[in-house]
Amino acid sequence: MFWSFIPYQDELMATADNTANQKPVCLQRREFRSLAATRFREWFILAALACCTLFTVLITVTIVCLLVGQTFQFFSMPETSITDFLFGLKWSPTLGNEKLFGIWPLICGTMLVTVIAMLVALPLGLVTAIYLSEYAPQRLRNVLKPILELLAGIPTVVYGFFALVVITPALQAVGLQVDFYNAISAGIAVGILCLPTVASLSEDALRAVPRRLREAAYGLGGTKFDVSLKVVVPAALSGIISAFLLAAARAIGETMIVAMAAGALAKLTFDPRQQIQTMTGHMASTATGDISNFDVRYYSIYAVALVLFFITLSLTVIGNIVRRRFQEAYD
Amino acid sequence: MLSIFYQGLPAFNPPQDDIVAELSEIESKLADVVPDSSEARALTAREEELQKLQATINKSFLSKPPAPGSREAGIGPALMGSIWVCVGCSVFFLPLGVGTAVFLEEFKPRNKFLRWLSDMLQLNISNLAGVPSIVYGILGMTVFATMFGLFGSPNDPFFELGTKFKRQYVTEGMQVVFVPVSERDEVPTLSNGMTALKSDGTEVKLNIIGDDDEFPEDDETLNVSLLSDSEGGVVAENAWYSFRLPFGRSVLAASMTLMLVILPVVIISTQEALRAVPTSLRQGAQGLGCTPWQTVRNVTLPAAIPGIMTGCILSMSRAIGEAAPILMISGIVAISMGPQHLMDDFSILPLQIFYWAGQPVNEADPHNFQHVAAGAIIVLLLVLFAFNSVAILLRQIAQKQLS
Repeated sequence: MFWSFIPYQDELMATADNTANQKPVCLQRREFRSLAATRFREWFILAALACCTLFTVLITVTIVCLLVGQTFQFFSMPETSITDFLFGLKWSPTLGNEKLFGIWPLICGTMLVTVIAMLVALPLGLVTAIYLSEYAPQRLRNVLKPILELLAGIPTVVYGFFALVVITPALQAVGLQVDFYNAISAGIAVGILCLPTVASLSEDALRAVPRRLREAAYGLGGTKFDVSLKVVVPAALSGIISAFLLAAARAIGETMIVAMAAGALAKLTFDPRQQIQTMTGHMASTATGDISNFDVRYYSIYAVALVLFFITLSLTVIGNIVRRRFQEAYD
Repeated sequence: MLSIFYQGLPAFNPPQDDIVAELSEIESKLADVVPDSSEARALTAREEELQKLQATINKSFLSKPPAPGSREAGIGPALMGSIWVCVGCSVFFLPLGVGTAVFLEEFKPRNKFLRWLSDMLQLNISNLAGVPSIVYGILGMTVFATMFGLFGSPNDPFFELGTKFKRQYVTEGMQVVFVPVSERDEVPTLSNGMTALKSDGTEVKLNIIGDDDEFPEDDETLNVSLLSDSEGGVVAENAWYSFRLPFGRSVLAASMTLMLVILPVVIISTQEALRAVPTSLRQGAQGLGCTPWQTVRNVTLPAAIPGIMTGCILSMSRAIGEAAPILMISGIVAISMGPQHLMDDFSILPLQIFYWAGQPVNEADPHNFQHVAAGAIIVLLLVLFAFNSVAILLRQIAQKQLS
């Protein structure tokens, strides 16, 4: 061979062979536990944990497949058609012989409640967030934040009861001619429900604004009010918008408050004093009946749920994207 | 399974002896405390106030079943149902939630494609957290409660375990007797002298009156007499281990559905708890030669446990208050006792409140269902307050430990 001129080559090769086949001398007499069991355990646990994670994907896939599949079932029924559903202006699944399935009255009711809720939650939540992040002393913050969290933990039926027993009579006492069930009291209760979401997410966004921006604004002679409103809030705007979107998604999906306080009559109206029905309200009122009854009314909840799922999912996705982009901006 | 629908739909159970006895006992107790309602109207405002106070939360309010009258109503079964559903739910969400969070936080891949995949999983979870709970309710109703109708209806399940059937007859003396049968659809042939069970479990010999027979006179015989063509409803008696395949309106279906609702919340809070564990601890373990799982098991998880517990308890308090998904599963049912097994009918506290709050208010009567609903809300809030206090305590422990 061409490298055979290397001196001591044979000896070198011999030692190399030996070391390849044998353990070092110091380890030759020891017996080692096989690593196979450990490797298998690691692999097995990793697989089990991956299965747990895949379960979350399964939930999403099942929701989408179920809603789409059952909605097809709904549209294959003789009483329904896609055009009526998407463009119809009347929703009356139970009353009379003619059953009408036009989604717009439900969407209109949902939007009415959501807009009122956001009108309550956004200003109050934003002011709370600005106070907590810019003005409140540390000690007060430590007290106020848990109270805000406690507000977020109150069950929705309690808010519904509150709307029914406190808000509606209060509105009537003020002089508004509201029905017993009405959109405005439900909307206000949903707004109170969304307040902690808006406040805590906006506060996170405000606190994430770097200190140097504030210092610069103070250096230019700004007052605390100027700095908070003209520097910090615009800098955290994307976070605030995402908080708003996530809270709106929550308001749209809220069920118990509207089922209790908003009524059960689907109609196309923009008058918040009347009783309305939301998408979730329709589902809840159907569920109080018998579920094993597979009629057209039963399948209608899937079609409505698909619309609801689509709206809330898009709001949540946009909200999360906006928040992620904002998080990257100052890091 | 003693369920009576609120709207007065006749379920297959006429009032049974023990309930009647219980009700009369409650009535007699109430007679001591609360004066008759005709007298109540004549009471002064002050006394009315006192009456309201007496009728709200006390020991019997916590144990009594819901009743058609607001004075007799209690939250016993609903409270038990809430506890069952919540505990059942935590059995499911704890392993799944913590497992997912550990996988996403502690086994981060280095491969670029896998990293993208794990980002997608994360996005999926945060989107799941935004899905309205009623959509989960519809999912649970279709997948767990009716199982797409694949296994028949819950009233006539495809697969049943630990269930015994009885035919229920009302004798001519207005007594309830049960005749055991082996299958749900089996109709027993009534014959003279066959044994039947009374509701307290004692055996009696039935006296069957045919078309030609004479109608007995004395009460003794009337109590065990049945017309030969009388029809009875099926009553199912479930053992504690009973199981059926479409889960129906059961505790199991409800707890699995609630698990879906709070799983994203649990995952996100557990991830935050794991993220709060200092990296130096993990590096130390790895430096000592720990495998990834050994690091997680012996170092990261023990350090993160208070944080994880906080998240789980807060999620459980959310689960207790959640009503919409359970409404989709069970509808509004009134039951006289809490669930006895996983396949039992149940009601939960928020649904009970929902039902009571929707009851019409009678202006003339100072005591109505709004007061009962308010009492139930106070109990619910007290439970939540206890949960939250424990969570806050644990969080303080966690912060102390890690700082």
